[in-house]
Amino acid sequence: MAEIKNYTMNFGPQHPAAHGVLRLVLELDGEVVERADPHIGLLHRATEKLAEHKTFLQTVPYMDRLDYVSMMSNEHAYVMAVEKLAGIEVPIRAQYIRVMYDEITRILNHLLWLGAVGIDLGAMTMFFYTFRDREDLVDCYEAVSGARMHAAYYRPGGVYRDLPDSMAQYMESKVHGAAAVKRMNENRQGSLLDFLEDFINRFPKHIDEFETLLTDNRIWKQRTVGIGVVTPERALALGFTGPMLRGSGIVWDLRKKQPYEVYDRLDFDIPVGVEGDCYDRYLVRVEEMRQSVRIIKQCIDWLRVNPGPVMAENHKFTPPSRESMKQNMEELIHHFKLFSEGMHVPAGEAYAAVEHPKGEFGIYLVSDGANKPYRMKIRAPGFAHLSSLDEMSRGHMIADVVALIGTQDIVFGEVDR
Amino acid sequence: MATDLNTLANHLTDALQDGVVSLEERLGELTLVIGARGMLDAMTQLRDNSALGFEQLIDVCGIDYSAYGSETTEDGRYLPDGEMSAGFPARFAAVYHLLSVKHNVRLRVRVFAEDDEMPMLDSVTAIWPVANWFEREAFDLYGIVFVGHPDLRRILTDYGFAGNPFRKDFPLSGHVEMRYDADQRRVVYEPVSIDPREITPRTVREENFGRQ
Repeated sequence: MAEIKNYTMNFGPQHPAAHGVLRLVLELDGEVVERADPHIGLLHRATEKLAEHKTFLQTVPYMDRLDYVSMMSNEHAYVMAVEKLAGIEVPIRAQYIRVMYDEITRILNHLLWLGAVGIDLGAMTMFFYTFRDREDLVDCYEAVSGARMHAAYYRPGGVYRDLPDSMAQYMESKVHGAAAVKRMNENRQGSLLDFLEDFINRFPKHIDEFETLLTDNRIWKQRTVGIGVVTPERALALGFTGPMLRGSGIVWDLRKKQPYEVYDRLDFDIPVGVEGDCYDRYLVRVEEMRQSVRIIKQCIDWLRVNPGPVMAENHKFTPPSRESMKQNMEELIHHFKLFSEGMHVPAGEAYAAVEHPKGEFGIYLVSDGANKPYRMKIRAPGFAHLSSLDEMSRGHMIADVVALIGTQDIVFGEVDR
Repeated sequence: MATDLNTLANHLTDALQDGVVSLEERLGELTLVIGARGMLDAMTQLRDNSALGFEQLIDVCGIDYSAYGSETTEDGRYLPDGEMSAGFPARFAAVYHLLSVKHNVRLRVRVFAEDDEMPMLDSVTAIWPVANWFEREAFDLYGIVFVGHPDLRRILTDYGFAGNPFRKDFPLSGHVEMRYDADQRRVVYEPVSIDPREITPRTVREENFGRQ
């Protein structure tokens, strides 16, 4: 009998199914994975160290670049940590806007996830479907912040500015004639809320379309059912949060259990899986998109009838309006100090966590009373999820590793920080 | 939160008794400080005692307290101040964030490493498997050695990296830079050529600054 040796294979760092720069050293017995050793850190930018040398406000844009498919959720955890330390009360309208954008972000994240995992597992069409819908949502990002991805829209004390009354319009070009432009601008005539409501009314139908393609698809089920099963006890021990934990059947959602902002006033359900395999995690995420639609609908209805400030009035932490800055000496000094020296957050430590699309995203902030954080620790959900890849992939075929990385929803911006 | 923090604080003092160095509630968060000796027993209690039931470890964070309360010069170095850093028993600490899904409550546990030159703590990987990578990270960035860790390697920094980049005496711009050398036809490492600078110096204000 021939001698059989284990085969070690390098997966990545540049691999389309690795969702970024993951180098995975796989020890194989034939096609079966014996051990997986992820090498991470290829995208390490030392965000936490950088934050120690930046003022509290300058750190906000760095947050966008952590998990670069759910930008505003990252910002949310950070501004909540600063607000907790500084004791800032956020105006109720700003809280509703934040919740609405958190849920837009959740849909954005799950859409990209669905498209990317679809491609990984052989369902090409998904990518085109999901990116068609993402387009409208990044337009909503653009409308409030001017940026389609890295928004820096949440600020300690509220949000940067109120929702706009008009949407950007398409213009005629060589590609699009007058008739086409008129059709494309049809749902852009009203305010941002009108545009978003139009999307929300269309979108549930689109989710049905995604499900028609995948949920009962034989190939999809063969690739996901029974793959990477995690028991509820193991899921807790391995530090799973978010859809990964709910996929294993544990009812845990920070929006319900430890509600922040206005989530306790809103009506929505928490989907939970049964088997704890890749297929359940897929179903959980799809249902979460439907629930996000419900939340956004309620936020739109509230925001339409309740005008108000979107930024706290404590000008030691939040900038004064341009108008009052130009008429009032004290406001001018506040503005100057805030944007040169930065805000001084009282000494202490705080941990703030949000239900990020991927799990629990937390910021642990230690301040010594200076204008910069003394230590900032980012608790990234993907980091804990990826560390369990070794346990999850043992005994599976090499092709299943792709499905595992896919349903863990790994993004290297947050894993490597 | 479902369980209120006073009840939890009572349960903690009951379960750990003289293992508690200090227990403080601030901003709605409970912070427990325990000694490095016997930390494994205390941590096991935290998980297995049914009144506590912290079955999930959320995060492990290394901290270097050596520059606490110091201001910086224009090149980003911390000024030797030491006024506030005297308040801490040691330079390095690991901060554990625990979550009890059963009781819906959080706890922060801080353990100081006794030796500043060679900080060592016991590994909690046997209690919470998720600690594996978090401890590797604290080892990589701060040089805290976790005794009993099954596979203590660097995790985030480059292969062959020297030093512990998140220590307060490690400059932000690092010590070496990398470029491709056309003559040698390979990537070479050289001492950094940029001068360290800090655009906004670090300043510390009095206690109640900004409170309204």
